[in-house]
Amino acid sequence: MVIAAAPLGDAAVRCVVDDLAEAHALHAALMGAGLPGVVNVVPTWRCVVVMLDAPDHRAGVLEFVSALDVASLPDAPARRHELPIFYDGADLADVARQCGMTPAEVAAAHSAADYVVAFLGFAPGFPYLAGLPEALAVARKETPRQQVPAGAVGIADRVTGIYPAASPGGWQIVGRVEVRLWDEHATPPALLAPGDHVRFAPA
Amino acid sequence: MTALRVVRAGPRTTVQDEGRYHLAQLGVPVAGAVDRPAMHRVNAVVGNDPDAAVIESTLGDDEFEADGEVEVALGGAVPAEFIRLRAGERLRVSRATTGVYVYVAVAGGVQVAAVLGSRSRDTLSGLGPPLLRAGDVLPVGAGLARSAVAVQPHVLGLGGGPIAVFPGPHLDLLPAAAFASFVAGEWTVTPAADRVALRLSGPVIESGIGGIDSEGLVPGAVQLLPDGQPVVFLANHPVTGGYPVIAVVAHAELSRVAQARPGANLRFQPWS
Repeated sequence: MVIAAAPLGDAAVRCVVDDLAEAHALHAALMGAGLPGVVNVVPTWRCVVVMLDAPDHRAGVLEFVSALDVASLPDAPARRHELPIFYDGADLADVARQCGMTPAEVAAAHSAADYVVAFLGFAPGFPYLAGLPEALAVARKETPRQQVPAGAVGIADRVTGIYPAASPGGWQIVGRVEVRLWDEHATPPALLAPGDHVRFAPA
Repeated sequence: MTALRVVRAGPRTTVQDEGRYHLAQLGVPVAGAVDRPAMHRVNAVVGNDPDAAVIESTLGDDEFEADGEVEVALGGAVPAEFIRLRAGERLRVSRATTGVYVYVAVAGGVQVAAVLGSRSRDTLSGLGPPLLRAGDVLPVGAGLARSAVAVQPHVLGLGGGPIAVFPGPHLDLLPAAAFASFVAGEWTVTPAADRVALRLSGPVIESGIGGIDSEGLVPGAVQLLPDGQPVVFLANHPVTGGYPVIAVVAHAELSRVAQARPGANLRFQPWS
């Protein structure tokens, strides 16, 4: 199937696909293609944005994408991570109350799910993990916290995420991991990448 | 190695270059100089590559002292100038009067340590060399201006008429007249302006929706917030955004938008 691609201003291209897996496959294809002028490729839920350094390169990207058949793209290479987690977050009791569960049931449901890194954003190395069980979907906090610690695992609507560094934040904190998600001196600097699979293992 | 010592720095004076590319998928903003063409011009004057690291000052009013012979070029929101400093001489950067971002290039480039391949201070994420403070010593590259080009006077400002924009990707989610209202409106740059974005105030454009699923952002993307006011993203924009994008500023106009001062009036027109 042809991918719907359209100019985004004169120095970017926006591609719309059907789902996250297609977004990741297209992201991988674009990153591997080495097209001239492409400086960033950002996948999100059903969209891939290709940022260019100048308008001259837009036609080449549109041509490349329009020649692709999204169904025949290879799946993006997926790594698997198991992250030990402590379910002792400051909002765990509150989340349990909102979900009509006990804290132990929240922990069991959260750690039973298989997550996919949808994309990274908000802060370097911050993963938006798709696959949160519907029973755990709670809105973010009405008033964000001034300081959420590094490693905090939070829930916001249908996603769960992990704060790579201490920062202000509005997600409901249910637990924490001790692995380092971001190291600016490492290659690559982020532990997780779009398309990676993640499971949380109660520690 | 020759160095420039910071005698006095404004609250938002940083080192900048082209920023970090190919890392947005890991949540890393591009950052880099807000007015790229101005950075390229000052680098050309001292014979640097266009993307050599420079000093970016918000509104100017900084002072630096050379500890050896150093050639510098000033530009952006202050008059373009080429200056040769000898050891102990000081460079005084005047206060910007027409724009916001002032650039100081040094022959050989500012050689502070790079982070993820760039010497840019990412003011959104806190990556890269810290904000400059009095007493900081900035190593500068060897060599004097060899293939330098002459200083080109450059007139900053919004005198060139409305800023050209393209329709944004989410107009189908917004009321039919949203883009027309945006290009018809007169907008004022609010004081909440920084390297990340300009917040504009003007006629309220009802978006009819709150947020959208997050999507990749680009410089010049104009988001419509739930309060009906637009935000224009600049060089240090976040990687993704969750509000509808009503318009995208033309690439060639980014420099003019970036240099708009709080209180300035902006108008937009469809690219033609």
